Order: sequence, then structure tokens, then C-alpha cells
Amino acid sequence: MSQTNQLMKSSPHVHDGDSVTNVMEAVIWALMPATAMAVMIFGWTALLVIVITTLSCLVTEHLFLKLRQRPSAIADRSAALTGILLALTLPPHAPWWMCVAGGVFAILVGKQVYGGLGYNMFNPALIARVFLLISFPAQMTAWPPVTPLFSEQSYSLGDSIAIVMTGKVGAPELADAVSSATPLGQYRTETGLGKTVQEALGGGYGGYDEVRAAGGLIGGSLGETVRCWGRWGGGYLLRKKVITWHIPVSMLAGCLVPATIFWTYDPAHFPDPTFHLLTGGLIIGAFFMATDMVTSPITSKGQIIFGLGCGLLTYLIRTWSGYPEGVSFAVVIMNAVVPLIDQYTRPRVYGHMA
Amino acid sequence: MSDNKTSQLITDGLWYNNGIFVQMLGMCPTLAVTTSAENGLGMGLATTFVLLGANVVVSLIRNFIPSAVRIPGYIIVIAAFVTIVDLSMNAYLHDLHKVLGIFIPLIVVNCIILGRAEAFASKNGVFASAIDGIFTGLGFTLALVVLGSVRELLGSGSLFGQALLGSDFHPSLVFVLPPGAFIALGFILVGVRWINAKRDNEAA
Repeated sequence: MSQTNQLMKSSPHVHDGDSVTNVMEAVIWALMPATAMAVMIFGWTALLVIVITTLSCLVTEHLFLKLRQRPSAIADRSAALTGILLALTLPPHAPWWMCVAGGVFAILVGKQVYGGLGYNMFNPALIARVFLLISFPAQMTAWPPVTPLFSEQSYSLGDSIAIVMTGKVGAPELADAVSSATPLGQYRTETGLGKTVQEALGGGYGGYDEVRAAGGLIGGSLGETVRCWGRWGGGYLLRKKVITWHIPVSMLAGCLVPATIFWTYDPAHFPDPTFHLLTGGLIIGAFFMATDMVTSPITSKGQIIFGLGCGLLTYLIRTWSGYPEGVSFAVVIMNAVVPLIDQYTRPRVYGHMA
Repeated sequence: MSDNKTSQLITDGLWYNNGIFVQMLGMCPTLAVTTSAENGLGMGLATTFVLLGANVVVSLIRNFIPSAVRIPGYIIVIAAFVTIVDLSMNAYLHDLHKVLGIFIPLIVVNCIILGRAEAFASKNGVFASAIDGIFTGLGFTLALVVLGSVRELLGSGSLFGQALLGSDFHPSLVFVLPPGAFIALGFILVGVRWINAKRDNEAA
């Protein structure tokens, strides 16, 4: 090493070169297989949704920072990541204005009003999803069937643009774009009518089996359907040490343990744990949403409590609330108690006498 | 009383010491009933009437009330005016009365009214108290109408019941729900602060 490179620096002297940009980039890379798969499964509309959402996040971030006379931070990739994460929670035929509204809300209300990156209380992508779900319930729960790219059912690029830009999902020329219930929605509606789980998911519905669900070939939001790829990305993040195992594992346990208990107790009314694992956004939520560094607890103990809470709330909301899917609500609710968890899981200072 | 003082009472009540924008009092009716501009206007005017009446009467009796029991005394005066508003609105504005519901009787506990009675009317003459009551009330009405308009426009695409934005606009339901009230009020407060800061900069 040449002498001229040696600068006077304060501790820590050993630095692995981690930065916000590096972390965000790693997460974006980890999301890429899932994102590519979402585009493969749902066609060009998925690509449009992802691009519009991400662009509106970037533009909002840039304009807001300009308004606050701060240096633009869109180069740190955090807004881009928020945009991709948000897009993955949207339905594949989300109209353009909903993508824009979600992107603006995520950055403006979800992040910048708190003071920007690092100060936000809630995961920006999820708070925007909750905002959209409450604001536009019809559009947010229109689940078209899967239309894999380059297959017979797929829409041409022109049709895809028409779907996203005009929102005409039910237009005559696109008449086969009917929506169908997601497995979670189907389970909640039909068991609510007194049917058993087996009746609800078998027979006429026919949209659910474990292999298709694991491969992502069932209806749902972009990121819900690509769970095995999401898991692959999660493994990448774990290997890169961007996240630790505590939150994903405890979140999955928090949902699947009660699911197993209730299923053992009454399999006619409670679906088996693999159903909970393979439907909805549990996996992508556990690896990508709940593990957001800003909005999750600091200590390992706190992260386990946080993850268990996310998982348990997901199960409670899926089983007994008015909504069929609860990952986003569960993570947002647990985000709100993170300061409390941090308060009670503060490690003992070495040498401290009780 | 000098004109200078009166005009200051007016501008304070309407803007510089606005009950909502600056003092952040009376949040319960503010957040709860402002789902539309009309509701905000109705609530604001009802409160203005109570403020005027309560300020005048409290000012009249300010020298007779023992200070130990003054708060219960003010509350009784306020409650009397609220009862007048409640029964009159039920008789003449029945539909609005049904929409505002429990929030009409709850005007009794609106902090702005008790705040003006305690902080202003109990120490000032009848004329000044009346001016203060009217303009504090109108300032409150202004805030409620602004908040109600924003929420109605974003939440139902209309203003005072008139559809303004075409069918291409998709109303965002969250703004007619309680969380939307907080979000909209937050951004309105940003706007108010921004206007004030800009004016201060120009004055300096």
C-alpha cells in the first residue's frame, strides 16, 4: 500500500466496504429472479407495473429531496428497491394511476415525511400497499389468471399497454381477462359459507395444488406467485449476510406453528400448514418485507419476537379477519411496536451490575 | 377599544392563532366529521354560534363567578348553547344533524370553546369577546372546510356534493376514513407553515 493512501480515520478502522448502496443493490439482485419470474408468468403487464411503480418512486424521491434542498439520493437505490417491492405486492393488471399513487405514497408518506431513509417507522412499500388496499379495494383484489409470456393465453405488448393504461380489464376484446379468487380468498369465502377446506379448494375451483403453488402458477399479486424464487433470493441475502435468519425463520414459525396446531385439531376447517406457506405473500414477506433494516428490531432477540409477531398476526388475519391475506398488515402493525421491542430487548452492558 | 386591537382579534382568530392550524385544539370533531366540505361547514358554523354565545355570556358574568367553580360554570353556559344548536339543527337541518350525530352534543367538550372562555372571555369585555368568538369560530370553520374539501375531493371526487372530477378519477377511499383525516391534516399543516414561513421571509 502506498503511503499517500493512508488517511487519518476514526474507528472503526476495519470496514468491509458496506454501504447503503451495496445493501440495496444486494436486495435488488436477490429480488431479480422473483421479478423476472413474475414477468414470465404474467406477461408484459407485470413489466409495465414494475417499471411505472419504480419510476414514480424515483421521481417522487428526487422531487421531494429537491424541495427540501437536500442532495438527491436516488443513486443509493433505496427508492428503486421500494418501487420494486411495492410492485411485487400489486395485482398483475394494476392500472397505471394505482402504480403511480402507490409509488408516490410509499416515498412521500411512507418515508420522506419522517425525514428520509433511516427515519421511517413503517416499511414504505408495505404502508403504500395498505394504503392502496384500503383506498382501491376493487382494483387491488382483481386477480387475473396466470398468462405466461409467449404462451397462447398471453397478451401482446399492445394489449398489455391497454390493460395497464386504461384499466379495461373486462373490455370485450380482452374478455378472457376474468379475475379469479386467490387460494386464500377462495378458502375464506367458501369456508365462510360452511364448506370444508377440501370442498373449497377442490372441485370447481381447481386452482390450487401444491406443485403449481410452489412454482407460482396460481393467481395472486406479482410477488405472491413467485415464492420459490423469492426463497432463492432470500437464501442469497442470507449468504451475503445482508439479513440474518432470525426474522424469516421466526416469522414462518409464527404463522406455521399455529397453523399446524389448528389443522391437527380440525383439518376440515383449517387448511394445512403447507397451504399457508405456499399461498399468499408469506415467503416474500418473511425474507424481503419484514427484514427491512430500518423498520425491524436491532437485537437478535428482538428480531425473533418481531418475526413471531408478524407470523402470528398473519395467521390470525388470514383465518379470522375481514381480509383474506394479512402479511402486509401484520408487518406494518409489528413495525409500529419495534421501538417498544428495542426498548425491552436492550442487551445488558458488559460489566453492568443489576 | 381601539380598532387596532379589534383587527388583531380578527386576524388572530382567522389565521395567526387559528384553533386548528396553530393551536391544534378541538381535534375530535376536526378529524371525525370532515368527511365532506358540507359536514365541515355545518360543524364549523354550529361551533361558531356556540363560541359567540358562550364568549358573550361568560364575559357578562365574569365578575360574578367565584374563580374556584368557574370551569363548571363555563361548561354549563356552553352546554346551554350547544343544546340550542342541537335542537335547532334537529328541527331545521335534520339531514345534516343526522350526519353529524353525536358530534353536535360533543361540541360541549370542544377545547377551543372552553379555551376561549377561560383565556379570553373571562378577562375581556363583551364586545371584544363577541369579536373573538365570531372570528375564532370562523377560523375553525375555515379549517374544517379546507380539510373537508381536501378529503371530499380525494375521497369521493366531489366538492359540496357536486361531482367535480370525471369518471376517470378513482376516489381514494382512505381519505373518507379516519387515517385519511390524519394524513390530509398533516399535509394541510405543512401548507400553512409553508405560507407563514414564506411571508416571514418576505417581511424580514
